[in-house]
Amino acid sequence: MTIIAKKPQSLTDIPMHYCPGCGHGIVHRLMAETFDELNIAGRVIGVAPVGCAVFADDYFACDMVQGAHGRGPAIATGIKRSKPQAIVFSYQGDGDLASIGMAEIVHAAVRSENITIIFINNAIYGMTGGQMAPTTLVGQVATTAPKGRDPKLQGWPINMCEMLSQITGAKYLERVAVDTAQHVMAAKKAIKKAFENQVKGVGFSMVEVISQCPTNWHASVEQALEFVRTQMMPQYPLGVFKDEGAK
Amino acid sequence: MPRIEVDANRCKACYLCVSACPKKCLGKSKTISKKGYFPAVMERPEDCIGCTMCYMMCPDVAISVIKE
Repeated sequence: MTIIAKKPQSLTDIPMHYCPGCGHGIVHRLMAETFDELNIAGRVIGVAPVGCAVFADDYFACDMVQGAHGRGPAIATGIKRSKPQAIVFSYQGDGDLASIGMAEIVHAAVRSENITIIFINNAIYGMTGGQMAPTTLVGQVATTAPKGRDPKLQGWPINMCEMLSQITGAKYLERVAVDTAQHVMAAKKAIKKAFENQVKGVGFSMVEVISQCPTNWHASVEQALEFVRTQMMPQYPLGVFKDEGAK
Repeated sequence: MPRIEVDANRCKACYLCVSACPKKCLGKSKTISKKGYFPAVMERPEDCIGCTMCYMMCPDVAISVIKE
């Protein structure tokens, strides 16, 4: 009997609290598999965000810090500079990274801190109950945009990968999705590369993951996947935006 | 022959695995779990090819794939 696939060792046995069908669990697993495969589990220190993943420290079997809202990259910078041997990641959502944490993420990229950022983009504030996020699509209904996001009133969604690709210090930027098994495999490669970059000392690496939020989109899991494919991907095209790891 | 095990205490019945299975082997359980969900179950084990797609899509890491 051989086990082909099972829960990676870098995840704890605690069942996750995320809603059914949420993409967070898939990304947690991909990261834990990466820690196991790169044999870095013993020296990983993570920063949990404010948002749905605030309890991520329960699920990763590594050292974790729970940061203030949006300040993940600043905390990760401090940890990495004081413990250069540690592999430091900051796990953030779109309400955390793209709104209140905008200054921290931009300046972490400007300084090209040798940290890994995992950015979960589900176009809504999940934990607080579905308010409009900076990444909410035009026309998308949220509790604070009940008639749909109107650009005249609330502006346009922000594309973080495209924005950060202008910064010299950002070394690796890729956008992936977790709606199909094929995309999950591509996401795994991207996340692994982001951590490999840190091991090699390349510099600032960020992977943006387009994730589904069936609960706050008021959709079934199937409808949420359809929304990812038909609505989110045209606004947030998948792909590599910057890869200077090899240079 | 490959087979899968679903941890009923972790499964939240999103059925991402059911739609991901290329051989359509998986289905919904008829019995309720301790969590109050109807977890995913293997309905046609003879058709399983051990591709691990159900494992890849499971957000709760409830599925293990085993080859005998």
